[in-house]
Amino acid sequence: MIPFAWNIVLATVWVVLTANLTLLNALFGFLLGYAALALVQSQLPGLHGYAQRVPRFIGFVLFYIWEMAKANARIAYDVVTPRCDIHPGVVGVPLEACSDGEITVLANLISLTPGTLSLDVSSDRRVLYIHAMYIEDEAAFHEEIKELERRVLKVMRP
Amino acid sequence: MTDPLQELITATLLLLGGGLMLIAAIGIVRLPDLLTRMHATTKAGTLGAALTIAAVAVHFADAAVTARAVAIILFIVLTAPVAAHVIGRASYFACVSLWQGTVKDELREHYDPESHVLYSGLEERDEE
Repeated sequence: MIPFAWNIVLATVWVVLTANLTLLNALFGFLLGYAALALVQSQLPGLHGYAQRVPRFIGFVLFYIWEMAKANARIAYDVVTPRCDIHPGVVGVPLEACSDGEITVLANLISLTPGTLSLDVSSDRRVLYIHAMYIEDEAAFHEEIKELERRVLKVMRP
Repeated sequence: MTDPLQELITATLLLLGGGLMLIAAIGIVRLPDLLTRMHATTKAGTLGAALTIAAVAVHFADAAVTARAVAIILFIVLTAPVAAHVIGRASYFACVSLWQGTVKDELREHYDPESHVLYSGLEERDEE
């Protein structure tokens, strides 16, 4: 989070110095700041891994939007067509995420994806209980959640 | 101001957003129990509202409006899943019955209504 704030500061400085407040110029300033931070990240411990995390974050956002569009289309199809082909159920998925922040982000992303709704975390925070609409194949469902979790943790952990 | 491409994008976003909200409304009527209805309303509703607001931003093509549109979408995306989770959790623990077609329920057997402790089912493995 702090390297990202530095990047914003550098972009702002660029905008002020060039005296040109447009979105395109701010974006260019952000890219320049990103390049500068990528160059110095091996020297400063607070910046470690920042250059790798930004592309990963963008990749994650694209992946998530695509997943969301797919799931939305599926639910929309099921709601509109007369045959209601759903298999709802509550499934417990073991968590790899351990801190409060990681679990919160993961649970919210799961809730936001159509077809899955996080219900509760077990008291010892090792299992997340999810209500899902399509449990034809439980192993595949577990794998889907695990894939999302892997990607979230990759972005959140340095 | 009215560029045909811009109007096309606005119209597409508005139609998609409106369509999704309509589907969310139909979903409330058609789906069998509370939790499955939550699926239809929160997700399709969130995306529908976000698309509608994106259409507003494209239509005005103005920095101030766009900034506000981004802020609105951000806050909807932040708050909607929390609300859905809280409603779903409350209904589940208030024993709102699930649809009879529900395939499985791994939560009920792990919950102790006396102490309100929710077991993970992994404790026994530690003791061995």
